[in-house]
Amino acid sequence: MIRTLLGARADRRLPEPLPAGGTAAEARGLVVRLGGRAVLDGVDLAARAGRLTALVGPNGAGKSTLLAALAGDLAPAAGEVLVGGRDIAAWAPAELALRRSVLPQSATLAFPFPVGDVVRMGRAPWSGTPAQDADDEAVAWALAVTETAEFAARPFAELSGGERARVALARVLAQRAGLLLLDEPTAALDLRHQELVLRLARERAAAGDAVVVVLHDLGLAAAYADEVTVLDGGRVAASGPPAEVFDGPLLGDVYRHPVDVLRHPRTDAILVVPRREP
Amino acid sequence: MTSSAQLPPGGGGVGEVADGPRPYRTGGAGPAPSKPAAPPVVRGRAALLTAALAVALLAAAVLAAGVGAYHISPGDVLSSTAHRLHLGGHGLGRVGESVLWNVRLPRVVLALLVGASLGCAGALMQGVFGNPLAEPGVIGISTGAAVGAVAAIALGIDVFGNWTVSAFAFASGLATVLLVYALSRSGGRTEVVTLILTGIAVNAFAGALIGLFIFFADNAQVTQITFWQLGSLSQATWPKVLAVLPCAAAGLVIAPMYARKLDLLALGERPARHLGVDVERLRIALVLVVALLTAAAVAVAGVITFVGLLVPHLLRMAAGPGHRFLVPGSALGGALVLVVADLAARTVAEPAELPLGVLTALVGSPFFFWLLRRTRRRQGGWA
Repeated sequence: MIRTLLGARADRRLPEPLPAGGTAAEARGLVVRLGGRAVLDGVDLAARAGRLTALVGPNGAGKSTLLAALAGDLAPAAGEVLVGGRDIAAWAPAELALRRSVLPQSATLAFPFPVGDVVRMGRAPWSGTPAQDADDEAVAWALAVTETAEFAARPFAELSGGERARVALARVLAQRAGLLLLDEPTAALDLRHQELVLRLARERAAAGDAVVVVLHDLGLAAAYADEVTVLDGGRVAASGPPAEVFDGPLLGDVYRHPVDVLRHPRTDAILVVPRREP
Repeated sequence: MTSSAQLPPGGGGVGEVADGPRPYRTGGAGPAPSKPAAPPVVRGRAALLTAALAVALLAAAVLAAGVGAYHISPGDVLSSTAHRLHLGGHGLGRVGESVLWNVRLPRVVLALLVGASLGCAGALMQGVFGNPLAEPGVIGISTGAAVGAVAAIALGIDVFGNWTVSAFAFASGLATVLLVYALSRSGGRTEVVTLILTGIAVNAFAGALIGLFIFFADNAQVTQITFWQLGSLSQATWPKVLAVLPCAAAGLVIAPMYARKLDLLALGERPARHLGVDVERLRIALVLVVALLTAAAVAVAGVITFVGLLVPHLLRMAAGPGHRFLVPGSALGGALVLVVADLAARTVAEPAELPLGVLTALVGSPFFFWLLRRTRRRQGGWA
């Protein structure tokens, strides 16, 4: 009785693993209004298990809003967001936390917790479930793969912006949810760590998670994403594999700047280069 | 698609899957050292600090029970207590027993309860608002409670006998919190800034009401009001202890249950929600607990500031910001500070007695200034 009053989560439904290609989360005809303006206007998107989906588009296109709606932070004005086949608003917060993890654009912390404790917070959703036995191992793994283990004992506040971003990612990875929503995970990072983070995202997808990443660097999106959704003015301008979506005229149109899409002479990788006057 | 193995979500591990796909394998970043994530030093320090605080509190309580115009040695205090509990020992003389059990002990116990309530309420408030400078006074509880008490005194209301002032303080404190909370909610959520600004407005209104009551009060009542506003435990009696006990005990028992969620709230509202915390529910539960604790303390002791601000601040500097230690630790620390402060209030200017609230503010505010400067210089942020 007291436990229910205090919001104890005794009867949480644990998530079932999704088959490869199964839909972890889905937006259907999604409309989100912020301050009266439709920031998203009829967007469809599916995050599938085993796939890395990149959201790209110019500033103000609605990428982060779409991610926030998929995370359950913003309520749709029309359309719906489904997680595990169920309306996202129907999930209790504790149950949703077992199914999706979110990396915010900027990581803040009100009190000077050490880095190790911050990463361990990612394990909170699993407390009281059999999976809590994996806490230590999950935290150690997340610290190691994000190359943050060396400052596990240091206060989060003392870290540089790039280090904080990696610690925040470590916390999200430690949560081990089947759906990862990453909002500009590479924004504060140097070249090496950008590659590291997307390689990690790629590996999570290969292991069966559904990964949605907001990216500004189209080259990174082309190199790592299975699918790219280009947003423009709150609508989907194009969606599909990078080789199909990354088309010079389309990108030039969306970004309102001429763009060349080339192939790397040695690796055949897609290169997206803004056209510059000589 | 290469994904074929599905580990139970949240479980699985580096060592479990030897061949084939390894869902949580170490990336290209080298081996995974199994470095403990929670620094054991801090955990050990928290346990040590808890023990030290408890011992110091006990010692201060025994000392405070003995010191005064009629001196009773610590040994006699313990002996008389053991005697009353039928654990051996011996009683004191008739005067000694009376002084100890009717004057000193109710006062010490009341100081302990009020201090624990204020310290714990401060730690909760700071956690709820993610701001180490937050304090129960900020959202108007202290002033709101004061309105009820002052009204009871000024209007000469006497419906609950000796408990009238306490009951009015408690009722108006609680009503104030609910009002502030209702006013600052919008769309089912409460923004911290709105809440604090609403608190300021309510504080101003409550201040005006208090001024109005003082204007209508006669001289004797004004003296009584002023005395109450300055904060004091000199009117301590067992009935007053019993009046606070249920609220304080309920608050102190419930508060630590929210410690883990308060840790998560330090990440911000959205990340806390992403980790499964029902933030809105957490916030209203904690605001109610804070109201319970603060109103109980204000009702019997008047306005005593800085305990709820300083104690959690110091403990955070000593043993880290984890709320599993901080919340109960602040209750212990607050109790210790108030028992010692009350002892000082009644002994430093003997035979006169300093108002307790004045003493805590006098010592507390310069110390707090110093803390602010120090923290800012050393860490570039708030501890």
